[in-house]
Amino acid sequence: MSQASADAKQKFAGAPDRAAAARKVAFKNTMQAVGMLPVLVVLTIGFHLMTEGRFFTGQNISIVLQQAAINTVLAAGMTFVILTGGIDLSVGSILAASAMVGVIASLIPGWGLLGIPAALLTGLFFGLINGALIAFLKLPPFIVTLGGLTAIRGVARLIGNDQTVFNAELPFAFIGNGSVTIIPGVFTIPVLAVIAVAVIVVSWFVLRRTVLGTHIYAVGGNATAARLSGIKVWRVLMFVYAAAGLLAGLGGVMSAARLYAANGLQLGFAYELDAIAAVILGGTSFVGGIGSIWGTLIGALIIATLTNGLILVGVSDIWQFIIKGLVIIGAVTLDRFRTQGART
Amino acid sequence: MTETSGGRLPTLEMRSISKSFPGVKALSDVQLKAWSGEVLALMGENGAGKSTLMKILSGAYVADPGGEILIDGNPVLTGDPIAAKRQGIAIIYQELSLAPNLTVAENIYLGMEIANRGMVDRTAMANGCRGVLERLGAPFGPNTLVATLSIAEQQLVEIARALHANAKILVMDEPTTALSSRETEKLFALVKQLRAEGIAIIYISHRMAEVYELSDRVSVLRDGAYVGTLVGEAINADALVRMMVGRELKGFYKHDHDASEAMRSEIVLEVRDMADGRMVKGCGFKLHAGEVLGLAGLVGSGRTELARLIYAADPKTSGDVILEGKSRQFSTPKDAIDAGLAYLTEDRKAQGLFLDMTVKENVNLGVIDRDAFRFGVLDLASATRRAAKAIEALAIRVASPMVDVGGLSGGNQQKVLLSRWLETKPRVLILDEPTRGVDVGAKQEIYRIIDDLAQQGVAILVISSEMPEVMGIADRILVMREGVIEGEVGGDSGHAITQENIMALASGVGLAGAAQSAGGQVQ
Repeated sequence: MSQASADAKQKFAGAPDRAAAARKVAFKNTMQAVGMLPVLVVLTIGFHLMTEGRFFTGQNISIVLQQAAINTVLAAGMTFVILTGGIDLSVGSILAASAMVGVIASLIPGWGLLGIPAALLTGLFFGLINGALIAFLKLPPFIVTLGGLTAIRGVARLIGNDQTVFNAELPFAFIGNGSVTIIPGVFTIPVLAVIAVAVIVVSWFVLRRTVLGTHIYAVGGNATAARLSGIKVWRVLMFVYAAAGLLAGLGGVMSAARLYAANGLQLGFAYELDAIAAVILGGTSFVGGIGSIWGTLIGALIIATLTNGLILVGVSDIWQFIIKGLVIIGAVTLDRFRTQGART
Repeated sequence: MTETSGGRLPTLEMRSISKSFPGVKALSDVQLKAWSGEVLALMGENGAGKSTLMKILSGAYVADPGGEILIDGNPVLTGDPIAAKRQGIAIIYQELSLAPNLTVAENIYLGMEIANRGMVDRTAMANGCRGVLERLGAPFGPNTLVATLSIAEQQLVEIARALHANAKILVMDEPTTALSSRETEKLFALVKQLRAEGIAIIYISHRMAEVYELSDRVSVLRDGAYVGTLVGEAINADALVRMMVGRELKGFYKHDHDASEAMRSEIVLEVRDMADGRMVKGCGFKLHAGEVLGLAGLVGSGRTELARLIYAADPKTSGDVILEGKSRQFSTPKDAIDAGLAYLTEDRKAQGLFLDMTVKENVNLGVIDRDAFRFGVLDLASATRRAAKAIEALAIRVASPMVDVGGLSGGNQQKVLLSRWLETKPRVLILDEPTRGVDVGAKQEIYRIIDDLAQQGVAILVISSEMPEVMGIADRILVMREGVIEGEVGGDSGHAITQENIMALASGVGLAGAAQSAGGQVQ
């Protein structure tokens, strides 16, 4: 070993600096992981006090989880996309089209459960189209999915001849309305929430424990370097948009199961904005490469808590919009200061 | 050490400047003096504290209590960028800070636009900066769009902006990094002109030759402390290197592998008639196992472009790559990597590293798919092992493998990138400017690594703009000029590896006329 490296050893080994620096790194990583959790906790306590104890009850929490579920699923897909530095504005429309296909397929006598794979495949199909346009034609994701937002909305209306489709006997209605009892009579978890948590856990596994996940972060961090490092960038892009589409399809199943119906015009309208808000609240960088799926979960819970809490407090619909918007901006501002403090 | 300049009061004096960050003391008790009409070179390895010191001067950082900055003998506040500017301090960073979509005049007046009843008065601004542009001999007018200017010209705009704001202390941070040799000469002339006009210039550089040519005095920092200052005649390379590194640099270019044996060994890589229809016009060469082959040439001669074609980073119009006797058609870098090629890019930040990812992730990125379990599940234990081994083997200085690469010094970043490629166990390693922006100590370590790899039988192609470097480490050198390989020196080419021979080939004089073109410099 050369003199220089021996010097370096001497400079670092044994010095309290090294341990301190390692602690600092660990602290920074923890701060990044915890993210917006404090904001969620403060909101929960605040609403609990303001509603004289009506917020934090088993029944209400299970409502909040149910309300958060579909957005969480969409936001998980959105996290994949935003981590590569992209955006997917079409997920709300894909959700509507998938729900339409799902409900219509569920009307096939004796084969009603086909509605689930039919909806999922519909979502996957649109996701793959988005991915192909972005990965191969190298079109900007914003433009491709903005087009998708409009065009797929039209497709959703076309599928049902612009009518609402119903299935009172929907064979997979338990997805939307069933629940798992945790403490009998006190606390149950809606199946919707179980699905959302499962999606988050699987997403975490893909992002943090697979080659693909590392490649997603790498493409978002530096696409040029990714290509020169031997990463097939097109495959990563295809995957993230396909995943976002597939999860929007899952969101379609969940919506349809909840409502026993689907409507091409209204269903999933502006859902992409809530999904993006959840991802941003979760601390994922808009330029890509930085972020975590747990943050997204917390972001989605913050949005659902706000919606639910404001209703409980009795705030009017109009003010709910204003307050939600301001909280999103405020929370992200807070995050800016927080991460600056953790950095040097 | 006491310094004076004919008894004159220093224009700038920084006294006992310290700066602590949580867990790190970046500067401790540093002093600096600069006089008007002189060039002070500031030297030191990466991480020595030069940038921190300059950020304190510019007001970007606040110094720890106890430090003082005096301008013309009067103490000034630290930590206020606007006050610093008003005191006549201007800094031109390596990364220029111009708005490319605005004109020269708009950039010069940025933040202090001349307004007439709320409307920007473009005519007044253009006229107001014509004088300073003429004084600098700028070949462009005030209404030129900055985006259309070359890097050297943009630098000129920055200098014009500083002078226009009446700067009396001008700091230039490695200004020649992106310049060609002709542009560098022009810049030097300009620096000398500004010195003659009475401006105090602080010139930060790693390049010895520049420091010799320009500076009246050289101050050296090491590990955040002030080491000393050499003045005038006392400035010499040995002393400076000793001050910067704290030790002698014996055998700076390590070259222990046996070149003659390498030359007789098997040909690992053969490239034939490689061309891209633009910069590269038909290049071929052979590379042996255990050989370090240099690729020299002027900037723009097509060296990097040739390397990228071999590696399938860019599309080629013709050419064959024969690897270990087999003809290979790579369509993506991934194919080349899988076949045993590795290419260290010349721009590690833009094209090599993932700055927001950890050292561990960066080191492992090339091999995670090889290490992975079924279904692409990461082998975390192996990644941890590889990172620890790489940090040890390449002496990468980090607090932990979990730190982000973006915060490391240039030398350590380069070692992280190099280790990523070494983990792929390449048969052929192409190194494009392996020591660019790397400090002296890390340079020497990188030379040692290259030599070790050659001893292990790796075939290495080194592209370098630093003539002494390529001469020091390569067994033979190919010289490119205008997209073709003009000639070869060293090995059994019959031509000695000399600066004159390389320069003769690079400039197109030809080896016969080499004697007349002695003393040139490849940039």
